[in-house]
Amino acid sequence: MSAPLLWIAIPFFVGVLILFFLRERFSAFIGGSVAAILALIALIFPIDEALLLGSISLKISPSIQFFGRSFEFSAADGALLAIIYGLAALWFFGTEASGTANRFVSLGLMIVSLLTASIAVEPFLFAALLIEIAAMLVIPLLVPPYQKPGRGVVRFLIYQTFAMPFILFSGWMLAGVEASPGDLGTTTQAGTMLGLGFAFLFAVFPLYNWIPMLMDEASPYVAGFLLWALPTFTVIFALGFLDRYVWLRTSPQLSNAIQFAGVFMVASGGIFASLQRHIGRMMGYSAIAETGLLILIMGLRSSEIVNLTFLLLIPRGLALAVWALALSILKRNAYSLLFNEVQGLARSFPAAVTALIFAQLSMAGFPLLAGFPARLAVWQELAGQSLSMTMWVFIGMLGLLAAAIRSLAVFVMADEEKRWRVNESWVQVTMLGLGVIGLFILGMFPQILQPFMADLPSLFNRIGQ
Amino acid sequence: MAADIISWLAVGLILATSTTILISRDWRVSLGSLAAQYISVFWLASSHLPFVMGSVKLIAGWMVVAALGMTRLGLTNLEEEEDTFWPRGRWFRVILTFMVLLVTAGSTTRIEAAIPGLGLPVIAGGLLLIGAGVVHLGVTSNLLRVTLGLLTMLAGFEIIYAAVESSILVTGFLAVANLGLGMVGSYLLVAGSTPLENGEEL
Repeated sequence: MSAPLLWIAIPFFVGVLILFFLRERFSAFIGGSVAAILALIALIFPIDEALLLGSISLKISPSIQFFGRSFEFSAADGALLAIIYGLAALWFFGTEASGTANRFVSLGLMIVSLLTASIAVEPFLFAALLIEIAAMLVIPLLVPPYQKPGRGVVRFLIYQTFAMPFILFSGWMLAGVEASPGDLGTTTQAGTMLGLGFAFLFAVFPLYNWIPMLMDEASPYVAGFLLWALPTFTVIFALGFLDRYVWLRTSPQLSNAIQFAGVFMVASGGIFASLQRHIGRMMGYSAIAETGLLILIMGLRSSEIVNLTFLLLIPRGLALAVWALALSILKRNAYSLLFNEVQGLARSFPAAVTALIFAQLSMAGFPLLAGFPARLAVWQELAGQSLSMTMWVFIGMLGLLAAAIRSLAVFVMADEEKRWRVNESWVQVTMLGLGVIGLFILGMFPQILQPFMADLPSLFNRIGQ
Repeated sequence: MAADIISWLAVGLILATSTTILISRDWRVSLGSLAAQYISVFWLASSHLPFVMGSVKLIAGWMVVAALGMTRLGLTNLEEEEDTFWPRGRWFRVILTFMVLLVTAGSTTRIEAAIPGLGLPVIAGGLLLIGAGVVHLGVTSNLLRVTLGLLTMLAGFEIIYAAVESSILVTGFLAVANLGLGMVGSYLLVAGSTPLENGEEL
């Protein structure tokens, strides 16, 4: 058994099987269980190490050859795979509560497996192709067969398709830069191409206009999954570039540009979120701000880039999942997610509203919640480099906090005569409750993540040297 | 010598087909032009790739054209949407194509000097397609035409990238990406034309 077969091929084929042969009733449980089992295997069984169980020796080989190239996982990838498939399991189990169709689990498994392949492929710049194919698989999730596609979906497809040629070509140019790093012209060209490619992938300002459009058009749960999956794997892909090419890490102009892009996204995402009257779009702008934080971390001149990135990624996955689940429950009972439609819903859906507010506060970096430790660490690093950038990041977070307070005010704005009722099902209440408890646990005891994060810096061991 | 002449004829065909796709209002003419375009893509890519790998691009391209054509043929009640961009009209699009041609003519020799060995026809054909695709995406919001614009842009990129990367895996993935784009385009064309079957899907 090889690691790529286990964490790429098997979930992909399980996804295909679920799509064609399994009923919706069982798909959430099967898909979530498969993802959870893969996460457990990644935690328990080390890659490329023989494990003796009685008289049986088990070894997961690290690589597989495929048409002249290889897909490889190292021993350090085990923790990363556990995090990815663990969070994916949350999303898949959540479909039971969100009422999303059968397609979500099947296509979601296929998307996660393709994105996992993107971190395993050698040479790693071919990951751009796999990310593009995964982005195409998202389209049937975003646009159900009975719904006309909106502008957001089309724009998303265009931007993802634009990213691929830039990154592939820049990868080829980077090889030339390695040969003669003193050639400023080639270096600038390669850096520009790479920057444009990642700008499309990360949806750097102003290329993030598809996100709020998508929140209007698509199911909040599917959009939330997209906003979790794509930036997560894109960050890992980007860290690979930083690790591989020393001039990318050491160029002060490039790190300033990356920091500026990140700060701009955080500030603009937070300010726009605070001005929204649509709670779905608020989630979109919050996700934009979070992506900006991830980009900002990559631009920091620090040895803690990898730790900070994963300290942010894990709570982000949980917060987005809880927020998206709560939104999808509310959307089933409101015509739209505009303020005037969701006003007073706290008395009808207290569990969903509570979970939504806590998720929103977590992404705003509110103390005691999962997002706070990561933001505190980022502020500490950033304050040592630039106080003005720290201030703008703070303004962005303040905007997200304002958005959360406005949302809370609208949700509780009900007639006094309206009675409190719990209209969520017990499955929905359980999942939302577990999610909120998870947010508090990660916020108060962030050291829980330490066993997962201990090996992750060795994945990118040249960053921070 | 003969190969050079054919390569430049392929570039000419690319110019003609990309202009036709841009100005034609009939989807049949556009798809036919795209099919002809892929012949040029095949020829120019094959100047750096083995014949078999070049033919993968041609076959994948024609499969995409077939898929889009069959989908569009089945949508008999679909009216051609009037673009709401200003300025609009065929002459404006011809001018845009002329601008792409000018940029291509100016850039081709410089790129050849920067990256020797690619070949002038390959660079010219690739840049023409990339420019035409980007221009097409900028002047339309029609789903079929957006798909054609993306396919055109990707085809141009593939011509140039074939000269720098000849890996089987990349060729395969690019073919999958083209097919995927065609299928996504077909899906988006069909979406909304089937009624909701049950309330659980909401």
